[in-house]
Formats: sequence, structure tokens, C-alpha cells
Amino acid sequence: MLMKYMDIEPEPTLLAPDADSVLFANRVEKTYPNGTRALDEVRLIIQRGDFVSLLGPSGCGKSTLLKMFAGLESPSHGHLRWLGADAPGKSGLKIAMVFQEATLMPWASVAANVRLPLDLAGVPKAESESRVQQALNQVGLGRFGNCYPRELSGGMQMRASIARALVTEPDVLLMDEPFGALDEFTRNKLDADLRSLWAAKAGQLSVIFVTHSIYEAVYLSSRVVMMAARPGRIVADLPIPEPQRDEEFRLSPAFTEHCRDLSARLLAASGGELQHD
Amino acid sequence: MKPPLLHRPAVVKIVAPLLLGVFLLLVWQVLCTAWKVPTYLVPKPTDILATLWTDGPGLLRALGVTLKITFLAFFVAVVLGVAAAFLFVQSKLIETSLFPYAILLQVTPVVAIAPLIIIWVKNPTAALVVCATLVALFPIISNTVLGLRSVNPGLLNLFRINGASRWQTLTRLRIPSALPCFFGGLRISSGLALIGAVVAEFVAGTGGTGAGLAYEILQAGFQINIPRLFAALLLISITGVLLFSLMAWLAKLSLAHWHESEMA
Repeated sequence: MLMKYMDIEPEPTLLAPDADSVLFANRVEKTYPNGTRALDEVRLIIQRGDFVSLLGPSGCGKSTLLKMFAGLESPSHGHLRWLGADAPGKSGLKIAMVFQEATLMPWASVAANVRLPLDLAGVPKAESESRVQQALNQVGLGRFGNCYPRELSGGMQMRASIARALVTEPDVLLMDEPFGALDEFTRNKLDADLRSLWAAKAGQLSVIFVTHSIYEAVYLSSRVVMMAARPGRIVADLPIPEPQRDEEFRLSPAFTEHCRDLSARLLAASGGELQHD
Repeated sequence: MKPPLLHRPAVVKIVAPLLLGVFLLLVWQVLCTAWKVPTYLVPKPTDILATLWTDGPGLLRALGVTLKITFLAFFVAVVLGVAAAFLFVQSKLIETSLFPYAILLQVTPVVAIAPLIIIWVKNPTAALVVCATLVALFPIISNTVLGLRSVNPGLLNLFRINGASRWQTLTRLRIPSALPCFFGGLRISSGLALIGAVVAEFVAGTGGTGAGLAYEILQAGFQINIPRLFAALLLISITGVLLFSLMAWLAKLSLAHWHESEMA
């Protein structure tokens, strides 16, 4: 069974980015001053409306790649494109990011936290108020706008964080292991809600979701980009074509098959030394 | 159901130290009476209270002078300290160049430089304010710098992604993040301003109508008027405690709704 996956995926087919490619990383490398190669020759195209998971063990550079797409880090070699532009600011692309932690301002109410991106962009108060309420409703926090972050549970804080990302109606949503610190029930619930939020945007919202959970990647994404460590690189780019995503899907044979497939590839890609992490 | 009055934490917080204080005063009074300790060595609490009553107006006027210097110095220290802190966080080079001198200011004993300042600054009040400011300045600088630097890196990234300007990041992120540390600095500095004022008065030895509490203490010492000395001392201590409480109350007022340090 395992033998089938032993040979690592060949060079990802060199597709060229087109007008619908919101993000494009071309032969991107990142070497830190101490010599660590966080990324090596990464080529990745994200199409409008994609839900892509970056899946891999810690140290495979998935978070680094995400930060590059956010414009928070720059590559040592290669280049990145945002709708063809060489900086996220020039592209007109609206990018939002959700971090590992909820990262809310503790001194501001939930509503004020969610309003922050609009305030920073100078959106008039009258307009931002209604957009904040709408974003809070979307994540199920409609009645909690006046609470302070510390008054919310971990899962609700994460919901507030997602509301803050959605309030700008972004084209690209970057998520860096957002639910990693939550318990499994909360996590499954948030995964399901995230998936329906994305589906409601009808192909307008691209999500890049960094995770080290195979189950989460299979459940959420339409595409799983698998990465391996030392040096950080992409080893596979696989579609998850199942249309239906609900509790039923979690229990289906197709789900199990995808998980088993990814798990075997992950093991093969890391030369069977996953246990070193 | 509310617990009985004496079991409420807020009441205990006041009643417990108060009872201890009253008890210690009683012991003091009893011991002094029993051993017939002369008033010029250790006066009885009742002697001190009596002096406080008879000499009250004079002592309060002196307290007023000391308080004026304390508040002026504290105010100047806050303004200068915050300004310096903002300057320091602008660039690492500025901080590296200036910080050693800020420390120099802190470690030089004010008694040692007070004579110089009193010679240089003609106006006696101004000279005293300068001395007290030097004592109170450093905690404001170091705490505000620490606060302005201790910003959640995730929030900083969030501001960057949303294209926040330097000004927006300062007013909406750095300043609110700095408040808890800043108030910590205020608390330390308010006490130091009082100490600085008293020490400066000692060195200056200003008498006459401009005399502060320190001068009253010196005079009382020369005249072996120990109850008056104790009364002046008592006034200084109470002032210090009140200043501290005022700062604690200010911190609570602005932080209670979000910061762990000020929550019940």
C-alpha cells in the first residue's frame, strides 16, 4: 500500500498564472541569516475562489509562505505577485489575516476590535457600524459586540478575529493555524462555519489555510498543498473534489481515503522521519 | 446573599491594617507611659497628636510648600519622561546614545548635585523643583519605554497588513499597550517626587515663609522638639500614602475594564 506513494510527486506542472490568479509565488526561497532554509524553490498559484490548505509538519515553511503572501516577509530569492503586481498594496487586492491566536486588543470592545480595519482605512463611522454588525452576525457573535475580549471563550475570541478579517470583505483570507489552540469540538464547529462562510462568497473569496492537521485540511479545502521540512518545500498539490462538506463527510469512506492518502504521502515525503518533530 | 460587613474583601482591606495600626499605637502609648520614656527621646502618640493640633497651621503651611514642589516636580517629570520615552522608541540609535545618560541621572545621588543646582538656579522654588524632578524622572522614562516596546507582535502585524500609518500605530496600538507600564511608573515616580522634594529642602535649608516640611523637621531637631518632628514626619508619610493611592486610583480608572493588574 505504502509503496505506491514512495516516489515523490514530480515537479508540479508549470502552469502559468492567468487573470484569475490572485497570488503567485515563483521559485520563492527564504534563507535566514543563520543558514536555515525555510523555503526552497516554491512555486504556487492561488486562483480566485480557491480554498487551499498548506499542510505539513512544523518547520516546513508554511507559515513563512503565508507571511510572504501577507507582505510581512520578503523572499531571499524568487518573486511574489498579487494579481500580477509586485506588492500587495499595488494590486488593489484586499488581504486579511487570521493568526494562531485571536490577537484582539484587550482594551477595546469586540465591536471596536472588528471595526479596526475599517477605522484604519478611514471608513466613516455610520457605514462601519453596520458592516461590523453584519460581520459579527456572520460569525454568530451578533449579541457580543459590547463585550470585552477577556469575557469571551477561546472559540468566541477566534470568531471575533474572523469577523475582523471578514469586515473588509477581503479577496484573500490568510489563516495561520487559527484553530490550533482550541479543543476538538470547538475546532470542528469553527471549521464547519468557516467552510460555509467561504461557500457563501460564491467563488469570490480565496482562503489559504495553514494547518498541521490532515483531517482539517481534507475537511476544509478544495486543494491541499503538502509541504515537507528541511528545506521547506512543496511536495504535492492535490485536489479534494468532494462537493459536500458536513458531518456526513467526516464519516464517509471518501474522507478516510483522502486522509490515508495524505498521511502516506506526508510520511514518504519526509523519508519516514516524521517522528523527529 | 452578601457576606457580613466585616467579611467583605473591600472592608477587610481597610479594617485589617487599621486595627493593626491602632494596636501598635496602643502598645507604643502603654510602653512609653509604663517606662516613663522622656518626650525628647520618644514622644507618646498622644503628645504627637497634641502637637499636630497646636502646631497644625504652621505645619500645614509647610506641607503646602512641600506639596507644591512635589506636584510641580512630578508634573515636569511626567512631561519630560514621556517625551524622552517617545524619543527613545523612535530609533534604536537614539535610545542607545541617550539611555546611559538617563541612567547616569538616576544613579547620581540628588544630595550630591543639589548644592550645584541651588547655586545655578537662582529661584529657590525652581531649584528645588529641578532636584525633585531629577529623582522622579527615571521611572517614568524606563517604564514608558518598556510599555511602548511591549506591543503584541501579532497586533503589530495586523496593523501592518491593514496599511496603518506610523501615527495610527502609535495612537491606537502603542499608547494603549504602554498604559499599564506607564501607570506603574507613575506610582513609583509620585513617591520619588515627594522624597526628592524633601531631600532638596534639606540640602537647601530654605527658611522663612518658603519653608517646607523638611525645614520644619530640621528646626524641630535643633530645638529638640521631638513631638513636632514626629508630627511633621507623620504628615510626610500620610502625603506619600495619599499620592500613591491617587495614582493607584487613576490606574484603576483607566485600566480596570481590560487589564489583569487592575481587575478585582
